[in-house]
Amino acid sequence: MTGLTDLYQEVILDHNRAPRNFGALPDANRSGIGHNPLCGDQLTLYVHVSEGGRIDSIAFQGKGCAISKASASLMTEAVKGKTVEEAEALFGRFHDLLAGPEGGPADPKALGKLAVFSGVREFPTRVKCATLAWHTLHSALAGGGKETTTE
Amino acid sequence: MSTPSSTTTATTATRAATAATATLDVARVRRDFPILATTARGKPLVYLDNANTTQKPEAVIRATDRFYREQNANIHRSSYVLSEVATAAYEGARERVRAFLNARSTREVVFTRGTTEAINLVASSFGSAFVKEGDEILITGMEHHSNIVPWQLLCARTGATLRVIPIDDRGALVLDDLHRLLTERTKLVSVVHLSNALGTLNPVRAIVSYARAKGVPVLVDAAQSVAHLAVDVQALDCDFLAFSGHKLYGPTGIGVLYGKESWLEKMPPYQGGGDMIASVTFEKTTYAELPHKFEAGTSNVAGGAALTAALDYVTALGLPAIAAHEKELLAYATARLAELPGLRIIGQAPEKASVVSFVLGDVHPHDVGTVLDTEGVAVRTGHHCAQPVMDRFGVPATVRASFGLYNTREEVDALVAGLRKVREVFG
Ligand SMILES: Cc1ncc(COP(=O)(O)O)c(C=O)c1O
Repeated sequence: MTGLTDLYQEVILDHNRAPRNFGALPDANRSGIGHNPLCGDQLTLYVHVSEGGRIDSIAFQGKGCAISKASASLMTEAVKGKTVEEAEALFGRFHDLLAGPEGGPADPKALGKLAVFSGVREFPTRVKCATLAWHTLHSALAGGGKETTTE
Repeated sequence: MSTPSSTTTATTATRAATAATATLDVARVRRDFPILATTARGKPLVYLDNANTTQKPEAVIRATDRFYREQNANIHRSSYVLSEVATAAYEGARERVRAFLNARSTREVVFTRGTTEAINLVASSFGSAFVKEGDEILITGMEHHSNIVPWQLLCARTGATLRVIPIDDRGALVLDDLHRLLTERTKLVSVVHLSNALGTLNPVRAIVSYARAKGVPVLVDAAQSVAHLAVDVQALDCDFLAFSGHKLYGPTGIGVLYGKESWLEKMPPYQGGGDMIASVTFEKTTYAELPHKFEAGTSNVAGGAALTAALDYVTALGLPAIAAHEKELLAYATARLAELPGLRIIGQAPEKASVVSFVLGDVHPHDVGTVLDTEGVAVRTGHHCAQPVMDRFGVPATVRASFGLYNTREEVDALVAGLRKVREVFG
């Protein structure tokens, strides 16, 4: 079995073709720009965090490869409704899935749909594509407003 | 093909005649490159990233090994025989490069880490001596970042301005603009011979004669061209020329700056240190003779020995034969790629060599690269260190297949089959 069908799972291809939460978010109170200079990918993330610290809406715009687009799309679905802390913890687990210690994260079920990215592990050069949106989210939530790059 | 012959002279003559007209025996040369027999992701390696770096023949690998086993010592510095052997290997490489480029003298051959350092050397040394506020440096719209950024740094330092000869929709230089942009303010023209991003072969000879008539020196970035066509610095009449060993079947970490002696004499040293001096006191230092004035510190001596082997290898096969083979391969690849729906070739200049850059519908080049990787096909995806070229063609990145002397039609077929697979995955 080549890693190809593991990498480009149908869910990923679907989110690449039809990204969810794609567009601007006029009432965003957090935003971030992510950039992967190696492939020119660029992503703008808009987040609205409630007073209670919950991500109640999130959207993104930009262009990129299938992995980075699908990852941004699935991330917006995954973190919507979560608290900032929960979103950060999920990023940690997602990162472990792609590039953490052998065997992946302790509790893969906690990743839900995001587990479709497990195939990226076999393609280390693509890890940056899959994590670009998450790094951008991290800096948007931290409120730095600074452009995030993968390099 | 061997031709029996009774005398050595006749054999040499026959060989020379065969070399001039020979076609490359690709099956045979492939056996000279151990890595070509390996697999990638369980498939036979199809290496189509030669513009990035080339694979190394057995002769180059052996020369490196032999240097460290039998010849290693520091050069120019010691009284014992081993140091003489190492010095001879290194200075022998310089003579080998001189002959390869047809330079007048080894005084015109400066070793560097590669093309990048060679260009930086000129930007720094020529720049500090001859470029001042209000002056201009002229480059082209298809330069590698290594022929852009050193000039930007120089301009920032001096207040000079960087000017750019544009490229047209096919990816050829708009030469009419050369005439407009080359003025009395221009202090240097620096132009790529063969574009790594587009495959465009630039009319360097014509550019040099035009600039020469106005008294403006020209640097040729020959990083790509030296592996694909015979380059003769006297015929080109360029003032400077830079290339890297690793793109010419040689080792990484060694490259060459050719410079006309009349310029090199007038230029100050690039870096200071050991080996580049004649005498040092705290009051005054006098510099070594050319080319050592520009070679501070311990050189890449093993790299020199291996570079000699690479130049011998390429020369024995014959650049005309290599060029003919690659030309045929490029034409075949261009035709085969055209069969694929939605494939757009970026760079269709009338004069091209060894590089085909493309995008496949709206599939991102990175995804194309990954699918090809699973088929064992190595191509480069990205901006190829030429972001202005990507901007010019309105793409963030391309897929680039670049050919070397060992590539075959079957490998082009593997590329095309891989691209069909991309279509299957992405629709
Ligand atoms: C046209 C061109 N110029 C310069 C360079 C830089 O060469 P190096 O990285 O060996 O210094 C390259 C390498 O890709 C190139 O293709």
